Amino acid sequence: MEPIMAIAVGCLYAAAIYMMLRRSIVKLVIGLMLLSNAANLLIFTSAGMTRGAPPLIPVGAMQPEGIIADPLPQALILTAIVIAFGVLAFAVVLIHRAYNIIHTDNLDQMKDTDT
Amino acid sequence: MQLSVLVIYLLAALTPWLYSKQQARTANILALLPAALTLWFASHIPLITSGGILVHEYAWIPGLDISLTMVLDGLSLMFALLICGIGTFILLYAGSYLKGHKDLARFLVTLLAFMGSMLGLILADNLITLFVFWELTSITSYLLIGFKHESADARKAALQGLIVTVGGGLALLAGLIMLAGAGGSYSLQEIFNSSEVLSEHPLYVGMMICILLGAFTKSAQFPFHFWLPNAMAAPTPVSAYLHSATMVKAGIYLMARLYPELGGTEFWINTLTSFGALTMLTGAFMAVRSTDLKKLLAYSTVMALGTLTLLLGLSTELAMMAFAAYLLAHSLYKGALFMLAGIVDHETGTRDVTQLGGLRKLMPITAICTLIAAFSLAGLPPMFGFVAKELLLESLLKGPVGLLIILMVITSAIFVVVVAAVIALKPFYGRFVPQARTIHEAPKLMLAGPVVLTTLSLLAGLFPAVTGQLITLPASMAVAGQPIEGYLALWHGINLPLLLSIISLAVGYGLYRYWDTLRDTLRILNPIIERGPEAGYFRFMQGIVIVSEWQTRVLQNGSMRNYLRTIILTFVGVTGYTLLWRYQVHWNWDVSVYLHEIVVVLILVSAAAAVSITGSRLGAVATMGSVGFSVALIFILFSATDLGITQILVETLTVILLVLVLFRLPGFSSTSTPAERGRDAFVAVLTGVLMTLLIMITIDVQLFPSISDYMIENSQPLAYGRNIVNVILVDYRALDTLGEIFVLALAALGVYAMIKFRPDTQPGANHYAGTLILPPKQVPEKHLVLSLDERKQIKEEQIRAEKLRIKAEAEAKIATETSSLTASNSSNATEDDSLNTTSSDEQSNNSESNKGAQ
Repeated sequence: MEPIMAIAVGCLYAAAIYMMLRRSIVKLVIGLMLLSNAANLLIFTSAGMTRGAPPLIPVGAMQPEGIIADPLPQALILTAIVIAFGVLAFAVVLIHRAYNIIHTDNLDQMKDTDT
Repeated sequence: MQLSVLVIYLLAALTPWLYSKQQARTANILALLPAALTLWFASHIPLITSGGILVHEYAWIPGLDISLTMVLDGLSLMFALLICGIGTFILLYAGSYLKGHKDLARFLVTLLAFMGSMLGLILADNLITLFVFWELTSITSYLLIGFKHESADARKAALQGLIVTVGGGLALLAGLIMLAGAGGSYSLQEIFNSSEVLSEHPLYVGMMICILLGAFTKSAQFPFHFWLPNAMAAPTPVSAYLHSATMVKAGIYLMARLYPELGGTEFWINTLTSFGALTMLTGAFMAVRSTDLKKLLAYSTVMALGTLTLLLGLSTELAMMAFAAYLLAHSLYKGALFMLAGIVDHETGTRDVTQLGGLRKLMPITAICTLIAAFSLAGLPPMFGFVAKELLLESLLKGPVGLLIILMVITSAIFVVVVAAVIALKPFYGRFVPQARTIHEAPKLMLAGPVVLTTLSLLAGLFPAVTGQLITLPASMAVAGQPIEGYLALWHGINLPLLLSIISLAVGYGLYRYWDTLRDTLRILNPIIERGPEAGYFRFMQGIVIVSEWQTRVLQNGSMRNYLRTIILTFVGVTGYTLLWRYQVHWNWDVSVYLHEIVVVLILVSAAAAVSITGSRLGAVATMGSVGFSVALIFILFSATDLGITQILVETLTVILLVLVLFRLPGFSSTSTPAERGRDAFVAVLTGVLMTLLIMITIDVQLFPSISDYMIENSQPLAYGRNIVNVILVDYRALDTLGEIFVLALAALGVYAMIKFRPDTQPGANHYAGTLILPPKQVPEKHLVLSLDERKQIKEEQIRAEKLRIKAEAEAKIATETSSLTASNSSNATEDDSLNTTSSDEQSNNSESNKGAQ
C-alpha cells in the first residue's frame, strides 16, 4: 500500500503547492489546507501502514495483543489536524477582514498596502 | 597605564555634568588631565632612555587570549607625549575656538574619547585590543569630522572618512589575525620575542597586504589620501589634533610597531617606498594647487605621511632615526600651523589665502609663530624640521631606492617650500586686504598652543642632541628593534643633503614668487585629477547603491508568490540533491492492496486535482470536503480510528466555515497566463515527485530506534489508559497538548476580535489594533527604488489588473445571485433564509464601514 500512498501524497503536495502559487488569497488558503492534509498523510505513510489493528489495549490486559499500528505518529497527526484547523479558521477570518478593508483578494496587490 | 586610558574615558563621561556647572571654563579644567598625563609619561623618560620598557599586565578575556596589557617603550612614549601634550593645548584652544557654541560639551566628550582611544591604541600590546582602539579612533573621528552635522558637506566628509578607514580596518583585522596565527600569539611582545621568522611564513604577503591596507587607509596614503583633505570640514581643533598630529599617524605607528616582525624584506621595501614616494608627490602637488589654508595644510600632511612611510620602507638604521625625528618635527609644526590657520579663520572669517594679506601688524604673535612653524615645515635651520629633513635626504641617498624615488622626493621638497612660503607670507605680508570684520589678535588660550609648540620646535632644533637622546632615538630603537648608535645634529658639514636642501629652498622660493602663474598652469591637469582615486571612491559608492537596488528589486520584491517559489525551489533543489545522491529508492510493488482502498485513494487524488482546476468556489469547497473525508477514510482503514473521528469532525467544521466566509469574497478570477500556470505547475509537480521519493526512502531508513515501544508497554501499567494514542496526548506529551490548546485559544480570540471589532473612523470611536483603514483602490507609490519608466510600467499594469478584477467581480456577482436564487427555491429554504439574513446584515455593516472609509 505504501508506494500507492506515496504517489497519492505526492499528488496532494503538487496540488497544494500549485494552489499556493495562485494570485487569489482564497486559493492560497485552500492550498494550505491541502498542504496540511498532505503532511499528515506523509507522516502516516512513512511510519508504515497497518490494517485493522488500532493501538488499543483490551480490557483486563496490560499489553496489546499481537502487532498493533504505531501510536506515536497517530498522536502527532492528531495534534496537527487540530492545529491546522485553528490556523485555517484564523486565516479564513483574516482574509475576510482583509478583503473588507483593502478591497482586493489579489496577493500581488496586497503587497502595496503596507505604506 | 590602563588607568591613564580609562581615566580619560571617565572624564569624557563626566564632561556634560561638568559643563552644566562650569560652562565655558570646562575645556580649561579638562585640559588639566592630559597635562598631568604628559608629566606622568615624561617621568618615564629616564627609564626608557636607559633602555628599559614599562609593562603593565592585565588579563581581560583570558579565554580568548585578549588582554589589556600595555607597554611603554620608546615609540609609544613619543606618541603618548605627543597625544597628551598636544591634546592639552587642543583642549584649551577648542574652549576658546568654540566658545558659546551650543554643542561644545558634545565636542569635548568626543575629543576626550578620541584621546583615550588613541592613547589606548599606541599603548596596547594585544593585537585585538589594538584593533578595538583603532576602530574607536575611526568612530570618534567620524563624530568629530561630522561635528557640524547640519552641514551636508561635513556629513559627507565624515562618512567618507569613516568608510575608507573602517574599510581598511576590516582588512587590518584579517591581517592581524593572520599575524597572530603565524606568530603564535596575540601579544606583540610575544610575537617579537618568538623565534618564528614571519617574513618566511607562507601567509607573509597576504598578511602584509591586509595590514598595509589598514595602515594606508588610516594614514591617508595614495590612493586613499582623498579623505583627509575632505576631513577638513571638521572644526580646526579637530584638524589640528586628529588629522595632523595624531590619528592619521596611527597607520604609521602600526607599520613602525610591526617593522621588527615584518619589515626589511624586499616586499616591504618596494611597497612602502613606492607608495610613500607617490603619496609625498601627490600631497605636495595637490598642496601647491590649493588656496584654502586648511587644504594647503592637509595636503602637506598627506605629503608628510608619505615621507614617513617612505622612511619606514627604507629599512636602514639611519632611516629609522630620520623617521622618529621627522615624526616629532611634523607633529610639532603641523599642530601649530593648523591652530594658527584656525586663528586666522576665526579672526578674519576666511581661510582663502588669496583673500588675505598684511595681517602682520594686526596679529603680530600669530604672524611670528606662523613664520617659525613654516620654517620648520620648509626645513630651514635652526628648526627641528631642518634636522629631520637633512636626515631624510641622507638616508634616502644611502638607502635602497632608485633615482626615480629620489627625484620624486626632491620635487616634493621643492613644492613644500612653496607651501610653507604661501602659509607664512601670503596672509601676513604684502598689501593689506580689508576684511569684513575688525581684526585683532587671538585670545591668549588660543595662542598658547601654537606658541608652545613652535617654541618646542625651535628648542628641539637648537638642541638636537638632547631631543634625540631623550625622545627620538629611543623611538628609533623601538622601531628598529635593536640599539642604534647615532646622534642628531644641526650641522653635518657641507655635504650632498645640504646642497640638495639649498637647491630645493632656492627653487621653491623662486616658484613661490610665481605661485599664481604656477596654479594657473597646473589647472591644465584638472581633468586628470577629477578622474583620480576620489572619483573611484564615488563610483564605488554608486556601484553599491546600484547593486543593492538591483538585489532589493530581485530578492525583496514584496511578492509573496515569488518568495514562495524561491523557497520551494531551494528546498526541492537542496533536499532532492541530497536524497538522490546519498540514498536509493526501492520501489517495492509487491504489496497487498484491496479494491476499496484503491477507490478511496483515487477519490482523494482526483478531488485534489479537481480543486486545483475548478473555477467555482462551491466546487472548490465541495472537492476540499471530498479530500478531507477521503483522508479520514484512509485513517480509519489503517487502524487510526481516533484520527478518523477527528478528521471527520474537523472537516465538517471546515466546510461550514468555508461556505460561510468564502461567499463573501469575490469569485475566482483567472488572471494567470498559460505560461505562468505552466511554470507553477512545474514547480508543484517537482515538489510532489520529491515528496513521493522522500516517503519511499524514509520507509526503508530507520535512523533512531523508535520510542513507541516504551509508550506501548507502559500505557496501561503506568498511565492507566488503554487507548494508547490518547495516553500519548494527555500523558506522555501532555505539555504539547497544552500548547496546542493555547494555540487554539489564541486563534479563537483572534477570530473573535476580527469579527467583533469593526473598522471605525468616527471621531472618538475605539481604535483597535488591525483596524487600519485604507481608502479603496489606492495605488501607493511603493516602488521607490525603481526608475521612472519602470514605475510607469508597473502603474499601467496595475490599472489593467484592476480593470480585469472589476470585470470578474461583476461576473461573479451575477453568478452568486443566480445560485442563491436557485438555493432558496430548494427544500432547505428556512436554513438558507437565516443564512441569507445574517449575510445581508453583515453586508450592510460592511457597506457602512466602507462609506466611513471613503
